[in-house]
Amino acid sequence: MKIQEADAKGLLLEQGLPVPGWEVARTAADARAAAERAFESGASAVVIKAQVLVGGRGKAGGVKLAGSADEAERVAGAILGMDIKGITVRKVLVAAAADIAKEFYLSAVLDRAARRILLMGSAEGGVEIEQVAAERPEAIVTVHADPLLGLRDWQARELAFRMGLGTHLKAAVGIAKGLVATMLANDADLVEINPLAIVRERDASGSIGEQLVCLDAKVTLDDSALPRHPGLEALRDLDEEDPTDIEARRAGISFIKLDGTIGCMVNGAGLAMTTMDLVKRAGGEPANFLDIGGGARSDKVAEAMRLILADPKVDAILVNIFGGITRGDEVARGLIEARRQQTRDVPMIVRIVGTNADEAGRLLREARFETAESLDDAAAKAVAASRGAAA
Amino acid sequence: MSILIGRETRLLVQGITGREGEFHSRAMAEYGTNLVAGVTPGKGGRIAIDGTVPVFDTVSEAVRQTGANTSCIFVPAGGAPDAVLEAVGAGIATIFCITEGIPALDMVPVVEAVRRAGARLIGPNCPGATSPGRAKVGIIPGSVHREGRVGVVSRSGTLTYEAVQAMTDAGVGQSTCVGIGGDPIIGTTFLDILKLFAADDETDAIVLIGEIGGAAEEEAAAWAAEHLAHVPKVAFIAGRTAPEGKRMGHAGAIISGGSGTAASKVAALEAAGFRVAGSPTELPALLHDAGYRGQA
Repeated sequence: MKIQEADAKGLLLEQGLPVPGWEVARTAADARAAAERAFESGASAVVIKAQVLVGGRGKAGGVKLAGSADEAERVAGAILGMDIKGITVRKVLVAAAADIAKEFYLSAVLDRAARRILLMGSAEGGVEIEQVAAERPEAIVTVHADPLLGLRDWQARELAFRMGLGTHLKAAVGIAKGLVATMLANDADLVEINPLAIVRERDASGSIGEQLVCLDAKVTLDDSALPRHPGLEALRDLDEEDPTDIEARRAGISFIKLDGTIGCMVNGAGLAMTTMDLVKRAGGEPANFLDIGGGARSDKVAEAMRLILADPKVDAILVNIFGGITRGDEVARGLIEARRQQTRDVPMIVRIVGTNADEAGRLLREARFETAESLDDAAAKAVAASRGAAA
Repeated sequence: MSILIGRETRLLVQGITGREGEFHSRAMAEYGTNLVAGVTPGKGGRIAIDGTVPVFDTVSEAVRQTGANTSCIFVPAGGAPDAVLEAVGAGIATIFCITEGIPALDMVPVVEAVRRAGARLIGPNCPGATSPGRAKVGIIPGSVHREGRVGVVSRSGTLTYEAVQAMTDAGVGQSTCVGIGGDPIIGTTFLDILKLFAADDETDAIVLIGEIGGAAEEEAAAWAAEHLAHVPKVAFIAGRTAPEGKRMGHAGAIISGGSGTAASKVAALEAAGFRVAGSPTELPALLHDAGYRGQA
């Protein structure tokens, strides 16, 4: 699960990392009030940042500076409601603009191949790390946390020196270890700071000093771990989710909407992807990825059918079930019930093999469903049905 | 010899008295697997599966009493990492973890502990393995198999059944079929399984079934190019039509930053001498094209 920058910063603060203050505003007037408070605290400018769960906010014009409360209100008003990669901006983050001396990149990520937590740093911060990796891979330094002992101080020191953070060693070590702590405390797959920055700050006596601080934060959470972090589930941004996605998640169905016309209902992720691939190969376009999961009962099948039919572009449905844990006759009963309830008549091609497939076949024939033997055959029939419907 | 499991397997099921555990234990025993023990803490002393399988409170007790050498775990996600460690502690050499939904970071220290103990973990979130005619551990339906000499390794569940069924229907039997699991952190990789097949004198050809995400297929392909040069090899990759940035069900199945695409995997496999099928049903014919002529 992706979470907003402001929430990610909150998780970093909980682990004691240095994150300069911010406020979140949903209206231009609130953004103005937040900016006024920042100016009163001594800021010479504020930064207004769109809170959306997609990358490239800056390029899209979703991050702007403002030198006065009036300007902050105007800028926030322009950003709020803006469309960034199909997402409407509903919130902005308002913070004092930092006086940046140098920018770095630092992240902790789950490294699948190494089966460890990987710390990745670079002295080239503030730009997309994928770009740095492609153009100057030598500018990225890495270290794996020990799988049993975690990230040790010496590892964090070595990373900091190699990143050119020797002059801020203590802070850098604390931040590197803090990223790992944030990962472990929240079951995050990724904790990314870009930029991690050396900023100039005036202290209480008026003299200027340098601090290493986290100016941005990106955190993604492991969906499998959310049940044990009820507080994190609350950070899910429902504003940015399609209502169908929310419904699917509540039903325990893995669903992703695509652009085609052939709805797919399959058990198992690999087989669901394969079914989509074969629809495409037969000349059709899949309307969705849908995995009803193992052991699905008839009510879940009916729910899956509702999700597929909610898409008006769907003009044919392909059901492909390889029964193992899932019982074919249960799925057949669910399909029969779903068709009785459905408001729209769409041709349906059903293939059920494996556990209790014979009983499923009998039920489907009685209910006059069109069935298919092989997966290739099922895909071809679905494509033909979709073409017939479109003609 | 088959790989991982065979006639020498003495199987223990952790979580044998649960709904899933009992259902699949019965199927494994019916298939002919030597199921010697079950473990459910607090239920030691019972006899499960129609009075045929003794249940113990701990894995170490079960091992002492029955000589179990392989474990299959059906414990829920909250307790499954600990169940793996308990099996390791009791000296079990081969551990299958079927459980899905285990938080990835829980598995990081567990796979390391398994590695240090010299044991082998398959999964989690895997369907298990079958050596047709000898033993079946996990949840793959026994009916899809046929005895033979083709080794199958896959990241998926039902897609594996589909592919194996297509082989069986065409008369192509299997030495061992292994599902390694769809999670980001798993104990045994494609490469590990290819090494076992390479050393197995009863495996004459390889079928690899991958999917989008990560680079494990590419890693295995590079090794196979060198060490399995003269072995007939075919593959199938699911997710050619998957869009970038969308996680397709399996925690591992995501294309990010242009890496982990089906195209890159197909290219790597073809460069390594694999014939890549456009549909699981083409696998038997491609094995033939690659020079595999069935049971010799």
